[in-house]
Amino acid sequence: MGIYLPIAEISVNIFVLLAMGAAVGFLSGMFGVGGGFLITPLLIFYNIPPAIAVATGANQVIASSVSGVLSHMKRGTLDFKLGGVLLAGGIVGSTGGIYVFAFLRRLGQLDLFISLLYVVLLGTVGGLMLVESVNALRATRSGAAPVLKKSGQHNWIHRLPLKMRFRASKLFVSVIPVLGLGAGIGFLSSIMGVGGGFIMVPALIYLLKVPTNVVIGTSLFQIIFTSAYTTLVHATTNQTVDVVLAFLLMAGGVAGAQYGAKAGQRLRGEQLRALLALLVLAVAIRLAIDLFVTPPNLYSLSAVGLN
Amino acid sequence: MRAPNAFATAIVLSLLAAAVSAKAQVPLTEGIQIGLSTDNVSITAGFSGADLTIFGSLENPDPLVARQGRYDVIVVLEGPPKPVVVRRKDRVLGVWVNLDSETFENVPMSYSVATTRPLQDITEPNSYKQLSLGASNLYMQPADAGDSPATIEEFTAALRERKSATGLYSENVGGVQFLSQNLFRATVRLAPNVPVGTHKARAFLFKSGLFIKESSAQLEIRKSGFEQSIFRVAHNYSFLYGVFAISLAMLTGWLGRLIFRRD
Repeated sequence: MGIYLPIAEISVNIFVLLAMGAAVGFLSGMFGVGGGFLITPLLIFYNIPPAIAVATGANQVIASSVSGVLSHMKRGTLDFKLGGVLLAGGIVGSTGGIYVFAFLRRLGQLDLFISLLYVVLLGTVGGLMLVESVNALRATRSGAAPVLKKSGQHNWIHRLPLKMRFRASKLFVSVIPVLGLGAGIGFLSSIMGVGGGFIMVPALIYLLKVPTNVVIGTSLFQIIFTSAYTTLVHATTNQTVDVVLAFLLMAGGVAGAQYGAKAGQRLRGEQLRALLALLVLAVAIRLAIDLFVTPPNLYSLSAVGLN
Repeated sequence: MRAPNAFATAIVLSLLAAAVSAKAQVPLTEGIQIGLSTDNVSITAGFSGADLTIFGSLENPDPLVARQGRYDVIVVLEGPPKPVVVRRKDRVLGVWVNLDSETFENVPMSYSVATTRPLQDITEPNSYKQLSLGASNLYMQPADAGDSPATIEEFTAALRERKSATGLYSENVGGVQFLSQNLFRATVRLAPNVPVGTHKARAFLFKSGLFIKESSAQLEIRKSGFEQSIFRVAHNYSFLYGVFAISLAMLTGWLGRLIFRRD
């Protein structure tokens, strides 16, 4: 069944989009990530213009983050103060991101930049995760208990000034890296259409040493607001949010997430991480191939005077 | 309401012609008229392209010439002009990057041609150039005239090629048919992505390869329907639209949690 997307201005199959949303929802439920990093490239593979895929991806991320945050709020695994500081940074970062986005779109380099960012970030994160999880799998196989870094260990980040206490996270740390991290994620959110969970989660765990159980809820909490802000700014400056497309993805996504969460409970942590790493790498490789393969049309047309 | 107008013009023209011919006994000059049944067309969001039929008539055709099939008609439906950037991808360190670009002013967004016979059989390439008739004879005005002619040539060709590939520039050979000695019907293609705005329909009459006359009419193409309303809201009330998109997402997330909660 075809449906016409009013902003993307193309006809697409309604079931393909629902299935896409459900599949990504399943994976995001399974791995505890927002799924934006999968949705946006999938939409691009499905011939949705990258600018619209990004803005709509940000809109879709809100839905999955809201349903995630509600369950974390109930469990009390959410640090509002930490989330708030991350958010303050996030707003600054995504404002900057939107300007860069509009600027690159005028230059005609937006599509390339989005693909490059995806390849570099997904490649790095996927690669690191794969190495870490394979090591963990080896360690468990040889019988040794997996060694996790203790929260008491300190690195250079903990020597920065302007310290602030975050009770729920049992953390006493400078606000500079927290604001910086928020800004970085906000920037990526507006340019890549992702919530940034796949970067935020490891960064909170490894850099700021936030307890793992608080990380996902807090990261989802700030992602709601960052991606809501991103959605709003994209809607007003670029008019690239396709509400019909977003709704189809969300509808599939919220249903898929529940089954994914159930499936995830049957797998061990390091197995999950290894699978997620493979998935992330697969998306990165697929996008990288597109950058290097000779495109069917070397010439492209675009209207003058966007914005 | 342009049909009565056209009719009136036709009557006036033929009266004039009759008056002239009565005096000088010269052969009547041929004319051409086209009429559109409506001056606006609404297309819905699911529009997947269509054929637009335009009727027209020859005035004072010479029966002998008509019988020998030496009258030719070319009908063009030209979309609203807009500036366009053409970009070319080149390899930089193995990666394909948009590198060179050329901006053209006032490029018709669409250009559908219907003809009685293949263009090259109707008249000389030069007269097409003079009339600026046919997608390959349209003059594309580069915004930066300082660029080398070879570059402009290359990007102009690419622009035409891309427009034809997406169906926006099309040619329907045999799309104009004579229904009688005077009456003809032209079928021009509207691409699925036909631009909205004021389109100009033009009809050109040729007699034995010579251009005789031109006539034109305007047509407004609009989009309508639910999807179009969304598009309008997204552009005219973008802030409210953004707020709506966010609320919809939050509501869906909350409902999803409510319906599927398992803790």
